[in-house]
Amino acid sequence: MTQPDIHARGHRGPLTWMRSGEPMIWLNAAAVSLSVVAVLGLLLLLAVRGFGHFWPRDVMAVSTAYAGAEQRLLGEVVDWAQVPAQQLREAGFELTGPGPLYGRSLIKQGNREYFDSDFIWVLDEHMGPRAYPPSVAVVERLEWGNLYGELQSVRVDDRILADTGASDRLWPAFQGLIADTRQVRDEIRHIERDEIGGINHRMERLRLQQRSLELDGELDAAAQADLATARAQLDAEYDVLHVQLQALYQSIQGASYTVRLADGQLVELPVAKVVRAYQPNAMNRWQKCALYLEKLWEFLSDEPREANTEGGVYPAIFGTVIMVILMSIIVAPFGVLAAVYLREYAHQGFVTRIIRVAVNNLAGVPSIVYGVFGLGFFVYFVGGELDELFFAAALPSPTFGTPGLMWASLTLALLTLPVVIVATEEGLDRIPVSIREGSLALGATRAETLWRVVLPMASPAMMTGLILAVARAAGEVAPLMLVGVVKLAPSLPVDGNYPFLHFDQKFMHLGFHIYDVGFQSPNVEAARPLVYATALLLVVLIALLNLTAVTLRNHLRERYKSLEN
Amino acid sequence: MVDLSLHIPANREKARRYRDRLATVGVTAGGAAVLLAILLIFFYLLYEVLPLFGGTSVADNTPDTWQGGAPPAYLSLEEQGEVGLAVSAGGEAIFFRVADGRIISRRELGAGRAPVTVLAGAAAGGRTLALGHADGSVNLLRSDYRLGYPEGRRVITPSLRSLYPDRELRLGTGAVAALAVQDSEDGLLLVAELAGEGLRGLRFRRQQNPLTGESSLEPSTLRLPALPGQSAALYLGAGQRWLYRLDQDGGYVVLDLQSGEDAGVATIVDQGRLFENGAALATSAMLLGDISLLAASEAGKLHQYFMVRDGRGGHQLQRVRSFDTGGVVVRQLVPEQRRKGFVALGRSGELQIFHTTAHRRLYVQATGMDLAGQAAISPRGDTLIAVDTANTLHSWAVDNEHPDISWSALWQKVWYESHDEPAHIWQSSAANNDFEPKYSLAPLAFGTLKAAFYTMLIAAPLAICGAIYTAYFMAPTLRRKVKPLIELMEALPTVILGFLAGLWLAPIVEDRLAGIFSFLVLMPIGILLFAYLFSHLPLAIRRRVPDGWDAALLIPVVVLIGYLGFALNGPLEQLLFGGDMRLWIGRELGVSFDQRNSLVVGIAMGMAVIPTIFSIAEDAIFSVPGHLSDGSLALGATPWQTLTGVVLPTASPGIFSGLMIGLGRAVGETMIVLMATGNTPIMDANIFEGMRTLSANIAIEMPEAEVNSTHYRILFLAAFVLFLFTFVVNTIAELIRQRLRSRYGSL
Repeated sequence: MTQPDIHARGHRGPLTWMRSGEPMIWLNAAAVSLSVVAVLGLLLLLAVRGFGHFWPRDVMAVSTAYAGAEQRLLGEVVDWAQVPAQQLREAGFELTGPGPLYGRSLIKQGNREYFDSDFIWVLDEHMGPRAYPPSVAVVERLEWGNLYGELQSVRVDDRILADTGASDRLWPAFQGLIADTRQVRDEIRHIERDEIGGINHRMERLRLQQRSLELDGELDAAAQADLATARAQLDAEYDVLHVQLQALYQSIQGASYTVRLADGQLVELPVAKVVRAYQPNAMNRWQKCALYLEKLWEFLSDEPREANTEGGVYPAIFGTVIMVILMSIIVAPFGVLAAVYLREYAHQGFVTRIIRVAVNNLAGVPSIVYGVFGLGFFVYFVGGELDELFFAAALPSPTFGTPGLMWASLTLALLTLPVVIVATEEGLDRIPVSIREGSLALGATRAETLWRVVLPMASPAMMTGLILAVARAAGEVAPLMLVGVVKLAPSLPVDGNYPFLHFDQKFMHLGFHIYDVGFQSPNVEAARPLVYATALLLVVLIALLNLTAVTLRNHLRERYKSLEN
Repeated sequence: MVDLSLHIPANREKARRYRDRLATVGVTAGGAAVLLAILLIFFYLLYEVLPLFGGTSVADNTPDTWQGGAPPAYLSLEEQGEVGLAVSAGGEAIFFRVADGRIISRRELGAGRAPVTVLAGAAAGGRTLALGHADGSVNLLRSDYRLGYPEGRRVITPSLRSLYPDRELRLGTGAVAALAVQDSEDGLLLVAELAGEGLRGLRFRRQQNPLTGESSLEPSTLRLPALPGQSAALYLGAGQRWLYRLDQDGGYVVLDLQSGEDAGVATIVDQGRLFENGAALATSAMLLGDISLLAASEAGKLHQYFMVRDGRGGHQLQRVRSFDTGGVVVRQLVPEQRRKGFVALGRSGELQIFHTTAHRRLYVQATGMDLAGQAAISPRGDTLIAVDTANTLHSWAVDNEHPDISWSALWQKVWYESHDEPAHIWQSSAANNDFEPKYSLAPLAFGTLKAAFYTMLIAAPLAICGAIYTAYFMAPTLRRKVKPLIELMEALPTVILGFLAGLWLAPIVEDRLAGIFSFLVLMPIGILLFAYLFSHLPLAIRRRVPDGWDAALLIPVVVLIGYLGFALNGPLEQLLFGGDMRLWIGRELGVSFDQRNSLVVGIAMGMAVIPTIFSIAEDAIFSVPGHLSDGSLALGATPWQTLTGVVLPTASPGIFSGLMIGLGRAVGETMIVLMATGNTPIMDANIFEGMRTLSANIAIEMPEAEVNSTHYRILFLAAFVLFLFTFVVNTIAELIRQRLRSRYGSL
């Protein structure tokens, strides 16, 4: 490739310069620059917004005055924008400033159950001096979002543990109470989810057992008696747990805290609903860093709260990973098999060429088409048949005749099959014929040549294909919406109940989580930061997979380099 | 020669051969199976779509001679099509089994009252029967069917009960000659023509007591004008506003009952003749939903009418469609109870099945039966019965799953009920049952192409120019970094692009519209200005920038121009657009503006498509043999001349194939359009409005579509269309690419 020196030309007038074609070269260069800026800008945007979400922001106290009404606000400034005067006037604002643009801030004031909305836009010119009082507390709760206010007292039942009179003891007492209730809450969750969930699961299996006996006409008195004993035993176990649960709930019910809100009202709230509390204005940078990491960890390891707008995305990560693993298990052998057949066994004629083109093109077929196929063929047709054959006891509620993990994995396997086939074929293609001939000449059969010589050499290509398939599957959402993803799955597809891996369950997925929380959520404003964080997570995951593909390919290629040459 | 295999034990050798054969068979079978599985997609989609275009079949199931008495003046069927109700002109009601014509029960409806003079069904699909008596009174009856499963067998027990038993429904004193009844949630409306007294109307408004939840009926008398002639049929429209009165000679009058409410007599909204050349009325019926009137003439014509607004602010009865009956004079029209289809029976038993929306004759059969005048279809539309003059009950099993689809219904303008003109509309479902589904794929296909067009408008120049520079001018070290970076974009999940487009870009575009446009204008100008100034810098400075690093040099320039463009937004909007460009567009250009519009989709989807086009086009340009451009340069051509004269023509098939594959991706992309548009199925090329694409439509409606319904199959059809489109486009691209490859091979 020549590298013509496009600059080494003397001074010329604008017209000659125009005619030389150099401006066009510059414009072409600008297209590259623009694309690169767009890509980097996009990643930067995601990184800033995504990582920024967990940083504990300072809480501002300010009083606003507009049209004679004064209001005290307490909250985080989350956004700022300039608005033209006309737009404001049309919205009915009377403006006093010089204009023509007015700044306005979006303040997250929380306290959703007490105020009209947890986010409000306030014009900067209506705001008085801003203060950051260190005593302001942010309380993250299980319900109603964040609470902003000043802590007044903490008590258990009627006993006041601490109040503003002993302000140095107040905050530690609050934190201690939160830690205690949190422990109890974890215990409650364990009992409710694992133990009672297990009992429910076994109950359901008993019901199915009874129904299938009934269908087979074998539900005689002995069988009924057996079932009844089993049921009675489960009931007894449940009663014990129920009592335990009651006691645990009792033990945390009494703890409460009192907070003065921005508008001065005092509210008393249960500590049992508190996730964590902190005083951002009083924290130094290191404390904030620690809290940042804690929140980041919560995001990765916890379950979503409040219609997915708070908390973590652990179930979505888990669902994505398990679906991708299942998909890989399906797609890898079949993709390789098809590629080996096409390249090594099929007669290389017109038909094979057609097939190759067709397979190539399938990679370009819209993913939603695969979703439609998956829903129609796998879910309704195959799933419906499976239910008739093996899960008749559960009918009319479908077992496999409804979208679920297995169908999602199968659909995505079909979707990524062309990727694996094409990549593997390319790898097989690169192996010199001489190597195959050498192996055959030494007396190896075709199968032995394939297994001992060809496939190991093609393994980098196979891995690349598989990882690319995984990366594509992890980011695909449209088909999953039809074949098994839900906004909130009650339990993970893997748990301690027989058969441990629940192929028929619906699951959560990072990509769908983004769509759902960003677009279907009732409180988009509150959910938005979380969506950025989720998007960042997904991008990081997929970038990692792609990088792995590249590294692995290079590594394996290195290993067989001497052979290739 | 030494036979090596002699040294190997024979059985091991045999095992090896056996394993080899096994592997061949296994790989061949497995590989073929996988490829077949891929083919399965195509055939399964086709398998789901084909029933849409399948024909209608009718099987004769005529039972033994019916044992009923007089020929019925009213016939109806229950849900399962197993039990029928026949009422003779004299008022004798008979429930009978359709399978064998056996009578289940018998009842005299006129007992204790004046003789029955008129029988009328209230609304297509209703189970209400209205009887007009000789003393001007009306009796409403409802047929009920109770399902029971004694001993595991389905038994249907029919019964007739009187509606409003405690209320006397009397319109006058003369014998009822024609009768129309509508019983809805709003109330009960009765209009009848009485012998010697003309039209009489009674309205009962349903009043709900908010405390007890009980409803009561408030009667009021309608004042109707005296009309000449005698009514052949009276119909009440949905919403209880229009009264249609048809006479034997084919004349019609439409009355506005709302105007007859409190002040004076109901006005005549429209009147005229239904048919040309003074043809007389043969029969008529209201279509499901009580909006459309079907009328057949003695001259063998069959038309559909409904009320539309005329240009003068009034309403008129508009002939909407004509159906080709093949010249048969229709004797009886039987509207379906759940769809906008109907059965037309000719005088000598010609059986025809039509659908209005699809404007289609689905079935024709000459049964040879001498029709006595009554026929009925079951609510599911799968059983049809009729009684002939020999008093034989005929019954047919009708297989007519998807009558509502035709080429014209899918792609052409259709005049839907309650619309003032024909239009392309996609509206697949609504809350009520008698809704007319609007399955026009045209707005969806239009939206798909619109999204793809704006995407390509943004992506194609950027991707191709970028590819040209990267492949031909860029320094190899830089190229090795830039290419993977742009290709990384391809791996970026589209859901993220869609989310950013919908929640981040759309508000920005809305707020800084002027900034976006100033950016578009400033970008080329700024770049050229920079390039010109740069070419005038002293050579010593220019030499510092290595060859092919201009793009890196431009990055800060691009960022700066971008910043400048948006900084100019405020002043520009103040200066040119009176403070807000979005309002200005609406006011001055009369163009509506959605926040999630095609511009946003174009930019976001452009980001998704650029890497695809870039990658393929770059490969194509890069693989143009070096000696071609070397030769050109050696002959004195400038680099740009070499590019346009030699490199691009050689690589153009590759670039074209990149564009095709990019187009295929833009057409099928789902998540971005789903999230970055409002998903309204409109037909408008306006860049500031959204669209609904085929793929987004599938994603939205598929989970709710009832399995194997027409809606479900149409969504499959949409998927099939997408599949074929992308497959064809990709195949063309692939073939071009292969040809290109073989051409380079020869160079």
